[in-house]
Amino acid sequence: MSDQDLKQTRLHDVHVQAGAKMVPFGGWSMPVQYASILDEAKRVRAHTGLFDLGHMGRIDVTGADAVPFLDGLVTSYVAKIPEGSIRYGLICGEDGGPFDDLLLYKTDATEVFVVANASNKAAVLDWMDSHKGDHDVTITDRSDELAMIALQGPKSQAALQPVVEDKDLSEVGYYKFAFATVCGIPNVRVSRTGYTGEDGFELYFPDEESPRVWAALMEAGADQHIAPIGLGARDTLRLEAGMPLYGHEIDKDHNPIEAGLNFGVSFKEEKGDWIGREALAKIKESPVRKLVGIKTDGKRVPRQGYTLFHGDEEVGAICSGAVSPTLDTNIGSAYLPVALAEPGQTIDMDIRGKRQSCVVCELPFYSRTRK
Amino acid sequence: MRAPLLFPYTQVTNKSDTTMRPDDRKYMDSHEWAKLEGDLIVVGITDFAVEELSNGNEGDLVYCDLPDLGRNVDAGETFGEIESVKAVSDLNAPVGGEIVEINSDIDEHLEILSEDPWKKGWLIKIKPTDPSLDHLLDAAAYEKHISAD
Repeated sequence: MSDQDLKQTRLHDVHVQAGAKMVPFGGWSMPVQYASILDEAKRVRAHTGLFDLGHMGRIDVTGADAVPFLDGLVTSYVAKIPEGSIRYGLICGEDGGPFDDLLLYKTDATEVFVVANASNKAAVLDWMDSHKGDHDVTITDRSDELAMIALQGPKSQAALQPVVEDKDLSEVGYYKFAFATVCGIPNVRVSRTGYTGEDGFELYFPDEESPRVWAALMEAGADQHIAPIGLGARDTLRLEAGMPLYGHEIDKDHNPIEAGLNFGVSFKEEKGDWIGREALAKIKESPVRKLVGIKTDGKRVPRQGYTLFHGDEEVGAICSGAVSPTLDTNIGSAYLPVALAEPGQTIDMDIRGKRQSCVVCELPFYSRTRK
Repeated sequence: MRAPLLFPYTQVTNKSDTTMRPDDRKYMDSHEWAKLEGDLIVVGITDFAVEELSNGNEGDLVYCDLPDLGRNVDAGETFGEIESVKAVSDLNAPVGGEIVEINSDIDEHLEILSEDPWKKGWLIKIKPTDPSLDHLLDAAAYEKHISAD
């Protein structure tokens, strides 16, 4: 895909003016970094950072059958999500291989707002459309009309509250959402969610307002040392927090059970059957591999595709890797056979014929509640 | 260098500034430079390459893998790798020959590459089988190459 074919968010020029390096990501031209990736990651852990997530797919599923329709398609138990709450789930084929992971915002029994990955949005929409059948459900792609901006970091509430008029943000719990007036815009969806392992918020509002809201948040957050954060630091932060990225930890050949995402997969009888349930239930009974973290004191950074060896035997490959400013070491994620997936196990990473020693550890590398 | 391996990103799109590069040496389109000094060819990478890898943050460079002394390389052959927080790139030999010196300061002081890619930031010296640099780009052609990149 040439650069000319890339989509731009309405904040594109704002990023360029702020010195961002723009890269192709999921069909979009997005900021990978404004300054140092490591400094941006540290800022989110210590203060707060602002993210343009306008590339993400956002889909409204509405109608009398919205909930049972989704319960037949996604891994999580949608009927059990309380109104105003959010759950993580995946959408899988019959073989249990996911073709995207999602956040599901339950507004009420007839309305669920779904956030999908940019690169998988079309596939998710096609899958939903082709499984509508007789369901009383309307599927609306709202990605182009809505902006999506995140504030992430311990000071996010302090940075955001000054521009929120009619809601005390401390009343919005983790993985819950509310509608509030933000920068004078009514009915902004404000959720306490994110992809960094820090406290923070994600905001959804009419796209044409995004430059104004971005500028207002930069100003409101100045006392909290707010700065714009690119996808590079976002990738580091989510890996430290043990959060999967589609195309790395999960894809059609890497299922949510072996990825350790059981919290997002419901086998409850009451949920009824759903696509992929049978295959995933079998995998759950006898998994052969497990997603683990690896740390390495060596200089080379783990990268997707590097192979892992136990002695002379190739036993796995790196899914994601990063220099971790929080742990001050190089980290990665990888699938290993269950027998080798124990914390403390040493394995070798092969970088074009050169070996570097790694140690297996549990995910996540970092938890703000379990420091 | 080959296109940086950027995960999960695929390709860098920004341009560096267009300050003129020194014309006392020749360039590869993969952003290495080669300069004749005595009977040796000194090899480094350009400020553009460093900028693309580190985006102006020297702390984002994490590793430079240089070859063993005495290794023979062909023109265009990969002799090492340089790695930043988000990318790995090959280092390619502009001429064939024997690697007779490596810059041992680089390993512990990657910031040299940001501070002075043209002199102190040299990487290797090659005793060339053929010292001609005629197959490489001159400074003007390299400028044109990176402005079109």
